[in-house]
Amino acid sequence: MKAVVLGGTKGMGRALSRALAADGHDVWLLGRNAEDLARSVEDLKARSPSVKVGAAPCDLESPASFGPALDAADAGLGGFDTVAVTAALFGTQDQLEADAALLQRLLTVDFAHTVLFCEAVRTRLLSRGGGRLVVFSSVAGERGRKPVVLYGAAKAGLTAYCEGLDHRYRAAGLVTVCVKPGFVKTGMTAGLKAPPFAGEPEQVAVDVLRAMKRGAPVVYTPAPWALVMAIIRMLPRFVMRRVGF
Amino acid sequence: MSRPTPPTLAGWGLLERPGVECRSEDLAALTRGAVLTRGLGRSYGDSSLPPPGTLDVAGSVLADRVLAFNPETGVLRAEAGFSLNSLNRLFLHRGFFSPVTPGTSFVTLGGAVASDVHGKNHHRDGCFGEHVRALKLRVADGQIVECSPTVEPELFRATLGGMGLTGHVLEVEFQLARVPSPWIVYESERVPDVDAYVDALKAAAADWPMTVGWIDCLSRGKNLGRGILIKGRWAEAHEAPPEPPRTGPKLAIPFLFPSWALNPLSIRAFNFLYYWKHWQRRRAGLMTPDAFFYPLDGILHWNRIYGRRGFTQYQCVLPDAAGRGAARRFMDKLTALGGASFLCVIKDCGPEGTGLLSFPLKGISIAVDMALTDRTQGIVDALNAFVIAEGGRIYLSKDAFTRPEDFRRMEPRLDAFLAVRRKWDPERRIRSAQSVRLLGDGT
Ligand SMILES: Cc1cc2nc3c(=O)[nH]c(=O)nc-3n(C[C@H](O)[C@H](O)[C@H](O)COP(=O)(O)OP(=O)(O)OC[C@H]3O[C@@H](n4cnc5c(N)ncnc54)[C@H](O)[C@@H]3O)c2cc1C
Ligand SMILES: NC(=O)c1ccc[n+]([C@@H]2O[C@H](COP(=O)([O-])OP(=O)(O)OC[C@H]3O[C@@H](n4cnc5c(N)ncnc54)[C@H](OP(=O)(O)O)[C@@H]3O)[C@@H](O)[C@H]2O)c1
Repeated sequence: MKAVVLGGTKGMGRALSRALAADGHDVWLLGRNAEDLARSVEDLKARSPSVKVGAAPCDLESPASFGPALDAADAGLGGFDTVAVTAALFGTQDQLEADAALLQRLLTVDFAHTVLFCEAVRTRLLSRGGGRLVVFSSVAGERGRKPVVLYGAAKAGLTAYCEGLDHRYRAAGLVTVCVKPGFVKTGMTAGLKAPPFAGEPEQVAVDVLRAMKRGAPVVYTPAPWALVMAIIRMLPRFVMRRVGF
Repeated sequence: MSRPTPPTLAGWGLLERPGVECRSEDLAALTRGAVLTRGLGRSYGDSSLPPPGTLDVAGSVLADRVLAFNPETGVLRAEAGFSLNSLNRLFLHRGFFSPVTPGTSFVTLGGAVASDVHGKNHHRDGCFGEHVRALKLRVADGQIVECSPTVEPELFRATLGGMGLTGHVLEVEFQLARVPSPWIVYESERVPDVDAYVDALKAAAADWPMTVGWIDCLSRGKNLGRGILIKGRWAEAHEAPPEPPRTGPKLAIPFLFPSWALNPLSIRAFNFLYYWKHWQRRRAGLMTPDAFFYPLDGILHWNRIYGRRGFTQYQCVLPDAAGRGAARRFMDKLTALGGASFLCVIKDCGPEGTGLLSFPLKGISIAVDMALTDRTQGIVDALNAFVIAEGGRIYLSKDAFTRPEDFRRMEPRLDAFLAVRRKWDPERRIRSAQSVRLLGDGT
């Protein structure tokens, strides 16, 4: 694969980039902090000296940066065939309810701009016969739930987009993989109390890499979350109204 | 309704203190104004725990990037949260290994520096700090300072073994060891008693770069301190099997054991079995580095067998000057005090190193694990009195019970360390539960 990772400097994106490089794939990082990107590039080079690694600036808050970023990745990798988007913003329900500006940013970055970025990727990949688009959504988008009403709504939109895209374009060669992590111990969740089955980013990376190779349309990761979410999906509405999760 | 319990943090010994670990990839930002930084929490006692009255501690583990590696020289620079486990996984197959490694690979570079860790090769290669070329620190006033054996050398020396009290380690540059193959040649022998064990340990130093051993400290009389001595070296390329060593799946202890699970009887049974499992007097062969260096890493969370009350490890070094019988005297003392131990590890130590508070000195190191009881403080006090009389000292990374006056008695280098600390952190802003207990820092 020749993979572009938006969000590869931290968390699951960092773990996924390392797993891709260790598996022999070229990796191009996209992110908003040039110095941080350079350090991550050095990290990948030291870990996997035989693959091609590079980086270019790209900010999900500014759609104008998407085209040049993808141009740079295309030039650096000699045409990419895979793009993973792990970048996103998080806020707790309390924070988002209290701060409308933050809410607007989050809804924009996590839904609207992520979709715009994916659309830019889609046209590029389809123009050369297809490829893989891997989008990190969340189990938070699965049901409307009290602790994640707003963040969950953005992720629910993203999940629906991924499903539609996969139905519409798989036959044309564009495989869309929607990743739904459960609770994973990253900087994003650092202040929160970890529930049972909390996972590590490295585990997620292994699961996602396997799903990418298989072309699975949906991945719950770490694995126990598939079962947890199967149950939560089946809970009747009146139960969801009562429970605290 | 019960009130929510305040969050707690613990070291490897499971001793809990109110505390919260804050993690971020951006360690430089995280440590701005932080009271302390911790790594993987493998120190047993209270060195990685916040001082009373403070909750937040910076956690380095997400800052785990390699920043530069030169395959010609083997010099590596990485962020402080990079672990020796990752290091070995990434570099062993390329012919490099950590120059010094403790008995677990789950330690960060920051922790290895702050404890100035020693390994089975101390008699040959010294502590981790001897292989460090440069450190990047965030010091108490907020500045970021690069130090090395030649730049700010006093700060550098005080940071090696300084238990995180001189500054937050952000980056570590050090020299990896080049290894001829990813396999270990080992030889192990059963030794009948503690004196014979120490003789064999010292005798092995000339021929073997790595030595370690376990002794039984429950059997009495003539069996006192019977043990198993293990010697090792890296296999030459022609001795090694063609395939790389494989890492097996790890077992995990899923929950805290009830506190009665470990009792003198079960410990005695363990020691008996462990000794007689080695029924041949001598064994030799090839081993994977994981099995050789990290026998306990195969079982995640093994500390949970000690149950809710947790445990402590008492580790001291006794100087050669204390004479051949020092280890036996220690064992006698421990037996008299009734300190039953699962593991008693005796290692060979070479000369004192660069670190101002670094633990080892020329002699032997003895480490015993003890489940916590109401008698633990008394046992530690009595062992400390013994160690002071013998001219030895304890290892801060394991300690949670030593009294400040005893620490001062065993540590003539303390004033030199405090002088450096005074220069870089006159208000003692960086402190830990341990520094409050041992150095009298305010809370
Ligand atoms: C099974 C086992 C075997 C062991 N065997 C050995 C052995 O053979 N030899 C040996 O020497 N030790 C041994 N140890 C102890 C261990 O090596 C040390 O305690 C080491 O410091 C742990 O590293 P850590 O990353 O877990 O640090 P922590 O336990 O999290 O912290 C230890 C100390 O380092 C400081 N620290 C950590 N990171 C930073 C940073 N970035 N900046 C500033 N200060 C920092 C903390 O404040 C604290 O004072 C063993 C421990 C275990 C559990
Ligand atoms: N952690 C969990 O438990 C969890 C659970 C379910 C779903 N998820 C989802 O999984 C994905 C990865 O999460 P994570 O925990 O790995 O997150 P993380 O550790 O916070 O990393 C997020 C990454 O996104 C980048 N990013 C944020 N805003 C950006 C922007 N405007 N432009 C470009 N890059 C930006 C960050 O780069 P900077 O360095 O520039 O900040 C960082 O590299 C996210 O989509 C998240 O919503 C996470």
